[in-house]
Amino acid sequence: MNRFAELLDRLAYEPGRNNKLKLITVYFRDVGDPDRGYALAALTGALSFKHAKPSLIRDLIAERTDPVLFALSYDYVGDLSETVALMWPKAAPLLPRSGGEGSGVGGASVSRVPVSERADAEPPPTLDPSPPRALRVEGRGIAGHNNPPPPTLTEVVTTLRTLGKTEMPGQLARWLDELDETGRWALLKLVTGALRIGISARLAKTAAAALGDKDPHEVELIWPGLIPPYLELFAWLEGRADKPVNRDPAPFRPVMLAHAIEDTDFASLAPADYIAEWKWDGIRVQAVSGQDTRGHVVARLYSRTGEDITGSFPDLLPSLHLPGAIDGELLVLRDGRVQSFNVLQQRLNRKIVSPKLMKDYPIHLRAYDLLGEGGEDLRTLPFAERRARLEAFIRKLDDPRVDLSPTIAFDSWEALTAARADPASAGAGDDADAVEGVMLKRRDALYLPGRPKGQWWKWKRDPHIIDTVLMYAQRGHGKRSSYYSDYTFGVWTATDDGDQLVPVGKAYFGFTDEELLQIDRFVRRNTTEKFGPVRHVVHEPDQGLVLEVAFEGLQRSPRHKSGVAMRFPRINRLRWDKPPREADRLETLEKMLKNEQNKVLETSGDA
Amino acid sequence: MTEMRPQDILTPVPAGLCCKPGGFHIDPVRPVERAVITHGHSDHARAGHGAVLATQETLDIMRLRYGENFAGTTQAVRYGEEIRLGDVTIKFHPAGHVLGSAQIAVSRKDTCIVASGDYKDAPDPTCVPFEVVPCDVFITEATFGLPVFRHGNAADEVKKLLASVALFPERAHLVGAYSLGKAQRVIALIREAGYDAPIYLHGAMEKITRYYESKGIPLGELRPVRGMKKADLAGTITLAPPSATADLWTRRFPDPVTAFASGWMRVRARARQRGVELPLVISDHADWDGLTATIAATGAGEVWVTHGQEDALVHWCKSKGLAARPLDLVGYGDEEETETLPEGEDGAA
Repeated sequence: MNRFAELLDRLAYEPGRNNKLKLITVYFRDVGDPDRGYALAALTGALSFKHAKPSLIRDLIAERTDPVLFALSYDYVGDLSETVALMWPKAAPLLPRSGGEGSGVGGASVSRVPVSERADAEPPPTLDPSPPRALRVEGRGIAGHNNPPPPTLTEVVTTLRTLGKTEMPGQLARWLDELDETGRWALLKLVTGALRIGISARLAKTAAAALGDKDPHEVELIWPGLIPPYLELFAWLEGRADKPVNRDPAPFRPVMLAHAIEDTDFASLAPADYIAEWKWDGIRVQAVSGQDTRGHVVARLYSRTGEDITGSFPDLLPSLHLPGAIDGELLVLRDGRVQSFNVLQQRLNRKIVSPKLMKDYPIHLRAYDLLGEGGEDLRTLPFAERRARLEAFIRKLDDPRVDLSPTIAFDSWEALTAARADPASAGAGDDADAVEGVMLKRRDALYLPGRPKGQWWKWKRDPHIIDTVLMYAQRGHGKRSSYYSDYTFGVWTATDDGDQLVPVGKAYFGFTDEELLQIDRFVRRNTTEKFGPVRHVVHEPDQGLVLEVAFEGLQRSPRHKSGVAMRFPRINRLRWDKPPREADRLETLEKMLKNEQNKVLETSGDA
Repeated sequence: MTEMRPQDILTPVPAGLCCKPGGFHIDPVRPVERAVITHGHSDHARAGHGAVLATQETLDIMRLRYGENFAGTTQAVRYGEEIRLGDVTIKFHPAGHVLGSAQIAVSRKDTCIVASGDYKDAPDPTCVPFEVVPCDVFITEATFGLPVFRHGNAADEVKKLLASVALFPERAHLVGAYSLGKAQRVIALIREAGYDAPIYLHGAMEKITRYYESKGIPLGELRPVRGMKKADLAGTITLAPPSATADLWTRRFPDPVTAFASGWMRVRARARQRGVELPLVISDHADWDGLTATIAATGAGEVWVTHGQEDALVHWCKSKGLAARPLDLVGYGDEEETETLPEGEDGAA
């Protein structure tokens, strides 16, 4: 457990993806079965046991510490698990400090009077020795160095699975006695189900794959059939056994992704080689359905990263009654019309899905690819053939919640440019507002996981763009910790004191490395005030930096001083040429917001 | 004259802790006629006093930091040496905090007060170990005066650093450490762990570190990091003042791992706040167990608590039947929070 805790501890501070991967891979290499398998399960969220409630942890610490000291400590640390991990009284009596005694320098020959020596004659007060603890400590004292070894991760996980509710406090206390500070922290995070360390399941699987120099997609493919502690998986990764077979009736298939197309790319592409579709502003999902060994239909919905999100969309499952794997977009449809992403957002990341939510936000799947049908893998067919199979499949499915994403007819790039500029008259009709661009797919493209070159392209509509003024800058994290890379920007608005800038958003990407250096230099030379990691940057009508910001959408937001919040804002261009006084005004954003709201109202059918 | 109460021997005043019957201040924060200084950290040892009494090491360190004319006159005091000042006698005892650090025992007739300055009871190869001084009133710091601060074994933290250096040979390891005391202790611990490659130093660390070496503390091969090529710093360890590890200066290092050696690293939020990637819990101050064990060991019936988490420690003392009160001295902080780089260090060579 202590080694696993060490890994979690290090991961919690490490910002770099590759460095995280390396830490996890080294852990898998150094630690044997079955511990590493349970670690992989913990990192991928595949462990299941009944979690301990925070109140149980509070009770445990209350029995062992002074309430005033606990309150002061909790207040300072701010996290219950961490406070308890740090405060937990040592199981052994206070021993003299050992190891590397100061040798004494500078010629002074003062012999150290160890604290404990005096303490022998006059025992130091111990911290609230409640009778049971004192007894236990004594027992251990007699046993000398016979302290039980700290629990392994395997022991913790397997014990938690079967532990009765009444046994939990005692077991937890024993483990806490045996572990070190970091071990206690990790244990408490694990048992309370609060193991948030900023790594995705995908990353953990990638680290496992790296152990055997395998492609992470291979692990992803067999993953749904595997269970902790993944002995077969590690045996295969270490070359000791064959690849495990995925027996999952509804497995995830790693997705194929598109490159963003640039104006210069078109010259080398022939329109006849491509099929075009609308790019919908929803979320990419894979809807998979198959039969298990007993003939029952199993249907699952996966996110693009392979996360199982079936639980959030029970209303879609009955529609997935034909065995197959659909690649498509999840949308909310009202009266047959696609709603904006803002509306769809109400349905995302829900643990509990109420009947009202399902009724008010009817979920829909718009299909654009078919990866498998029955037992047949279609991924090795060219896209044009898969498309034909998909069209037949959707007809056969004949379900109002699943429809086909239409193709766009075009014979030249000019024609497609026109369609993209006006989706409503190019076939998207009433759903045109939910179109965020077009997708181009080679007719002969096989379904290849990852982002293969030259196969699929995404060509987004021009985003919303406004000119803003840089107001505050903050240091970034990790590799960017020496750079001012997080920017708060504002637009002009009229106040009683004349025109003032009001912050409207924050962005920390969109610029090139070279531009980052330029902005960083500007920030350092034009700081007016410093507040911790935040610098106020000069922003006067004639002095300051204009940032062209691109964003996808706008929402009303009472949390922002300006009253509006942007979706997906990023720095589009640096306008060194533009004086701040010529930046946009809040009225411009409000106008945009009104347009967006009108669209929502029109499409919601309430108007 | 009736017997003097302890608070008449040592009294907190705006300039610091004042000993009226002895005619001096301990670690004054404003210029005074006669100052007795516990150790060389800048919040305790300031320039501009008339006469300064301190250990030879503390005087040397003040001279290095403030120049020749940092005080009117100076007097070096050895550990164990007794000196009569006015109506009191003072005696210096090792505090185990940094090189030259001392606790100051102030006695008048039957009453003995120990002003311990900053101290730690954990082993440190770079200074004389802490000594328990029996007394009536013990003045203790409370920098880490909460039971969440338990600092463990510093050697284990250094093992963590060396394991990371082995794991990431293509990256540089940048260890933030206060330039007086902490840096040299970390270097000595790295050497004790068997690491014998050159260790690199930020410019602001060089003078003090060379001084430690001149006092016979072996630190192995040290090199200035100035002028090194970026690629050549892969796989190396560099020590720098904490404030430098989050600045322009770090760009000369290949994908640096930012470590920070401090007792504050025990608390995650503190480490995260500073953008630290490898927190090393290594402290120059006693941790909670150290503070409480020391208080008990002095046998003092009364405890005055200063700079840090006074409330918790005062509460603990009272719960053990000891008279205790916070001293409310101002001007002392945690040196790591306050250390700033001299002008021109920022981004310069």
